[in-house]
Amino acid sequence: MDISKDTWSSLSVRFRTSLFDMTTHANELAVVVRGLRKRYGDVTAVDGVDLGIRRGEVFGLLGPNGAGKSTTVEILQGNRARDAGEVSVLGADPAHGTRAWRSRVGIVWQDESAPAELTVRETVRHFARYYPRPRDPEEVIHLVGLEAKAGSRIKALSGGQRRRLDVALGVIGCPELLLLDEPTTGFDPAARRRFWDLIRKLSAEGTTIVLTTHYLEEAEALADRLAVVARGRVVAEGEPAGLRERYGTGATVAWTEPDGTGRTAHTDEPTRAVAELMRRFDGEIPGLRVTRPTLEDVYLRLTGQEDAR
Amino acid sequence: MTTTGVRPRSDALADRLPGAWGIGLERGVLELRQFFRQRDQVVFTFAFPVVFLFLFASIFRDDVRGAGINASQLYVPAMMAAGIMSTSFQSLGISIAIERDEKVLRRLRGTPMPPASYFLGKIWLVLVSGLLETAILLLVGTTFYDIDLPSSAGRWFAFAWIFVLGLTACALLGIAVSSLPKTGKSASSVVVLPFLVLQFISGVYIAIDTIPDWMLNIGALFPLKWMCQGLRGVFLPESAQVLEQAGDWEFGRIALVLTAWCVGGLLLCLLTFRWKNRREG
Repeated sequence: MDISKDTWSSLSVRFRTSLFDMTTHANELAVVVRGLRKRYGDVTAVDGVDLGIRRGEVFGLLGPNGAGKSTTVEILQGNRARDAGEVSVLGADPAHGTRAWRSRVGIVWQDESAPAELTVRETVRHFARYYPRPRDPEEVIHLVGLEAKAGSRIKALSGGQRRRLDVALGVIGCPELLLLDEPTTGFDPAARRRFWDLIRKLSAEGTTIVLTTHYLEEAEALADRLAVVARGRVVAEGEPAGLRERYGTGATVAWTEPDGTGRTAHTDEPTRAVAELMRRFDGEIPGLRVTRPTLEDVYLRLTGQEDAR
Repeated sequence: MTTTGVRPRSDALADRLPGAWGIGLERGVLELRQFFRQRDQVVFTFAFPVVFLFLFASIFRDDVRGAGINASQLYVPAMMAAGIMSTSFQSLGISIAIERDEKVLRRLRGTPMPPASYFLGKIWLVLVSGLLETAILLLVGTTFYDIDLPSSAGRWFAFAWIFVLGLTACALLGIAVSSLPKTGKSASSVVVLPFLVLQFISGVYIAIDTIPDWMLNIGALFPLKWMCQGLRGVFLPESAQVLEQAGDWEFGRIALVLTAWCVGGLLLCLLTFRWKNRREG
């Protein structure tokens, strides 16, 4: 935990500077958040979050349940009032979003509800009518892979199919910015892969995408950059690979002693450790393994969940 | 990053946003489609006042002394008024509370749909279902309970404005009351109880000359009493006026009270309407 405290302060300094740089060309940023705070009674859900999300990137908000991800995204959606801080989404304060602004922001909510008695096609077609420049409803139904279910009532869809309908309704207006809150919770692995492909497709078309997730592999698979959130604060921010390098220092060397007991050593110089072992064993080292910390190790350390391992 | 640069700016988009009336009409079609696809709900909504009309008009059928009518005839306009209120006040009060709880409203709020379109859609739903309900009761009343269709253009006109003003006032009250239940599950109990009480003290179930004056005076604060009275004026002979509290149909006052409720109901809606339920703050 000492590590993350130190890195947090040094990182936040670095981050504020970079945020300042970015605001000088504000057009490049789809979302700017500074000093965002939100309390529910005695509970502080968001405790001073700073974010700068660039146009066209896929940005992941990663963190355990209750870290403040959803509250942050709901504030970006214009769906929740904040207590303090500055927020700019596509150049406007979401708390005072106009119809024109709403037409540029697509939302996929965490818990969904669509009119159960209507069919998929009726619903998608109808939502298209709200927007000045909608996508073609049939194309969107195809995009989310619901062609076979287009004529079915929504109440007859499975959980995963409903979620895909939610995504369809989120992108029907051809949004510049798509905000997704825990989009794949409850998906089976195959459905999750299909969803990832869909996000990549949308991203390739130029849509800026912000998604919250507590699945690390999802953040790693999709996000150009991500912010790790814990206890209402951003504890690390950057490209997934960069985060691993920056916080995943050191390595673990494991081997087996001649009497059969397993041994491990943590070291910043794994090569030297292996060389020493080679001298001791004079050749092949039984059961040798050298492992670098995975992003998951980094994540668990940053969010103070090391004990979960 | 390059493709986003060519996207239209918000000013240009604002001109192209679809209009509230058009979307309102489409929402109305959608609301009706949803409503009629729920078969059991349709059957119960429309059958409820008919069943009650049958029960009351069959139990109480004696001639009313000095009024030139029988008790069954009294129940036709009364049930018609209650039918108008159930298709507007009760149906909106419950359905909007459920939509709020199930976050249908929140989702709509996240789109560029004009808020007015949502209410326009509800108005179309209420208008069509209210007309149907009234037509059914009118058919039953004229076929079985000695009720004649309005005899003059003036009475048809009164029928029309009582229907429109009463339906509007009750629909607005229904939208306002939908904010009271904490959850969708509790909605029907929260909405039905005041509606039931109002029906008792407004002369729907019990003839007005039997209800104590103080109760009737409380009932007179709300639209239902005036809708009943106005519809009696439309469908009953002049001789039945003696039963009224004022000994007159009081069409002028009815118009005034219902209009006041339309205005008051609208203000109440504007002040209290929420897109999210209370727990979500």
